[in-house]
Amino acid sequence: MTDMAISNAANKQQTEFSARLQKRYAAERRFRAYGLSAIVIAVSILGILLGTISFQGAPAFFQTYIQVDVYFDEAVIDPAGTREERALRTANYQALAKSSLYEIFPDVTERREKRTLSRLLSSGAYRPLREMVVNDPSIIGTTQSVWLVTSDDIDTFYKGQIDRETVEADRRVKDNEIAWVDALEAEGRIDLQFNTAFFATGDSREPELAGIWGAVVGSFLTLIVTLAVSFPLGVSAAVYLEEFAPKNRWTDLIEVNINNLAAVPSIVFGLLGLAVFLSFFGMPRSAPLVGGLVLALMTLPTIIIATRAALKAVPPSIREAALGVGASDLQVVTHHVLPLAMPGILTGTIIGMAQALGETAPLLMIGMVAFIVDVPSTVTDPSTVLPVQIYIWADSPERAFVAKTSAAIMVLLGFLITMNAVAVMLRKRFERRW
Amino acid sequence: METSVLVVTILILTLFGYWMGRSRARLLAGSEHLSVLHSLPSYHGSYVALWCGLPALLLVAAWLAFEPSIIEYIVIEAIPGARALEPAQLSLLVADIRNLTSGNIVSREIDPALAAAGEHYLSLQRTSHAALIVLALSGAVYGLYLARKSQTRDFRARNRVEQIIRIIMVVASTIAILTTVGIILSLIFETLRFFEKVSVSEFLFGLNWSPQTALRAEQVGSSGAFGAVPIFAGTFMITGLAMLVAVPIGLLSAIYMSEYAGPKLRSVTKPVLEVLAGIPTVVYGFFAALTVAPFFRQTGEAAGLVVSSESALAAGMVMGVMIIPFVSSLSDDVMNAVPQSLRDGAYALGATQSETIKQVILPAALPGIVGAVLLAISRAIGETMIVVMAAGLAANLTANPLEAVTTVTVQIVTLLVGDQEFDSAKTLAAFALGLVLFIITLGLNMIALSVVRRYREKYD
Repeated sequence: MTDMAISNAANKQQTEFSARLQKRYAAERRFRAYGLSAIVIAVSILGILLGTISFQGAPAFFQTYIQVDVYFDEAVIDPAGTREERALRTANYQALAKSSLYEIFPDVTERREKRTLSRLLSSGAYRPLREMVVNDPSIIGTTQSVWLVTSDDIDTFYKGQIDRETVEADRRVKDNEIAWVDALEAEGRIDLQFNTAFFATGDSREPELAGIWGAVVGSFLTLIVTLAVSFPLGVSAAVYLEEFAPKNRWTDLIEVNINNLAAVPSIVFGLLGLAVFLSFFGMPRSAPLVGGLVLALMTLPTIIIATRAALKAVPPSIREAALGVGASDLQVVTHHVLPLAMPGILTGTIIGMAQALGETAPLLMIGMVAFIVDVPSTVTDPSTVLPVQIYIWADSPERAFVAKTSAAIMVLLGFLITMNAVAVMLRKRFERRW
Repeated sequence: METSVLVVTILILTLFGYWMGRSRARLLAGSEHLSVLHSLPSYHGSYVALWCGLPALLLVAAWLAFEPSIIEYIVIEAIPGARALEPAQLSLLVADIRNLTSGNIVSREIDPALAAAGEHYLSLQRTSHAALIVLALSGAVYGLYLARKSQTRDFRARNRVEQIIRIIMVVASTIAILTTVGIILSLIFETLRFFEKVSVSEFLFGLNWSPQTALRAEQVGSSGAFGAVPIFAGTFMITGLAMLVAVPIGLLSAIYMSEYAGPKLRSVTKPVLEVLAGIPTVVYGFFAALTVAPFFRQTGEAAGLVVSSESALAAGMVMGVMIIPFVSSLSDDVMNAVPQSLRDGAYALGATQSETIKQVILPAALPGIVGAVLLAISRAIGETMIVVMAAGLAANLTANPLEAVTTVTVQIVTLLVGDQEFDSAKTLAAFALGLVLFIITLGLNMIALSVVRRYREKYD
């Protein structure tokens, strides 16, 4: 009897226990699931981000071209017959391009319709014709088959991004234009080709003519300035602080300062550049020189912190051995410690450069947001950089610029991935455990 | 002579100096062993090179930095009555003279006085350039001569060179301080000028922000209002939204990575999260403006809500995604720093893993996590491109995240981009906002760092 009561009570306790345990295990599983789903969310957002950008950007790597037979009419290009380069450069190639297009559609005679027809071609479509003539004046008087770039609307339509079923009034491409494109398609005169101009030209108001080369060169010049300023300054500051500096208030102040500078918002560096470099020193606006200086001040903390970590990793025995054979303090550092720390320093520098390459806000402050067509050739030429170019294009209303922007982002991310991959490789390859 | 040619000439002279110093040192040793010299010949070379190149290059840099403002001053002094002009008109005049000399478009008619000023400017520039070339080159040659003269067998070239390099290193390490001082001074000067035009209390407590000052006095809404409260409110709203995304996701993924994930999963997810931090902010801005904002608007419309196409929600969410890695990697570090003995103790008492995390590890790591969140907040407040591209421009005092609000950084960008006039309250306001931004982020960082430091002392 009593046994029964005891075992009953024990059973009751047992079930209570197991119920509580079940609950605790369920809480355990839930908590684990929360953690896992947080990671899944973060990773999938990254996937969505990269996915949409590649999806939107892929079309921009191709461009619609129309094949026309251009008669290089001497009466239009060089009526005087002098073959002077100036005359050849200023001739009306637009007229040549247009008339070659009219020849494909002889039934289009009405003035207004002709004008619409000529708008199939981009306003800059004639430029290759000019280059052809200037490079080889002997083609004047002959007929050549040339692929000319179409306007952005035709390009978007041909890529299937404009639905031909929508009402004509709501469509950027009208019915007659669609009929022309279809006719060209039937003759095989319209085609998608790889967009080399995108990688070779500067900015333009016309999306089909706009390229990133100007911005790439601008970014390159800016980074050169940044590297030339921040690498020597950063490394020597780090060497001093790590190897030579006495421990006192002043060096403490410098250290606190460097840590704080690393966290100052980038736009504040832009304000500094505007007030000090532009207003006070009167340096040129929009120049890679100023942009590079501002970015150098920004990356300086990154390089200093990375260099100090790399120097710290070199064991003291190396220093003592060098001192033991009679090297001076500075010889110890320059002959032994720095070479051993170099992979770490370079890794930190590359990461700092990658940050500088992606930076936009401070460069807006110093005027690198201007519309610049020419590719810069020196560090004082007005120019823009890749991220700012992305910002400018993202603000443009034309639909074709969405694709251009995404394509430019893909190029920028490509550069960043390469730089980071080099940094990781350096670290993997030369990292030494002491 | 172009400046670049001048610099290259000096560099060539420097190289020549190195070669000369080295060969002279070898000559001093004569046929005897090199150890009769105090320093190796290469140190003799470096000593001569430093004396030749360093002063000349410093001179060129200083000259180029100060030349424009000095020439400007002289030209303005020479124009009768120019000193009496208003600052705004004076800067316009200076801009005109500069444009005239570089062949750009000038905003006024070119009268003889302006043409004469332009001539004056050009002639001064020519003189200054010629003077620079003469001074720099003769300085380089003189340095070469001086250094060469001091070379003897006992000359302590290595010590001298090392001393110079040490000085260079000390100067390099003070650049960080100079940058901070530069930031503070430039922000404070412009802010003080701003507060001459607008009172401090209006700026800090005013509820109305419309910085457009009119060109003509009689224009409607010409006064411009500089009450920054709506901007601060907008900044905090977007930051808050970002934290609502970043803190749970970042913290939970950090917990999972440090406590549950095996080394394999960790080695995959950690770099992926770091990629999120490496993506340029302009890319997030583009994503927010073209993908997320339209998505929220359409979803809102389907649910019968009015969502602005520049809603705070879209900007805040995307910014939150950007912040995730800051929260996760910092919290991951602090949780890994919690000693294993604490975990073992909890397990020994029969706690499950999640109970250990919630009741032992998180409380132990809390100061570090708070520090991480503070750093993330400071990052979110200072973030620019996402909000410039995806948030609104007009100041709007609202608590509804579906409406468009503006932030401090957006205002700084819109007030300064494209505007050249440096004296209007509008441009100065940007510096005042910058100062506020600088103070807030600096304060948050200081607090965060001290919290983290205090925590570290506990277990070391």
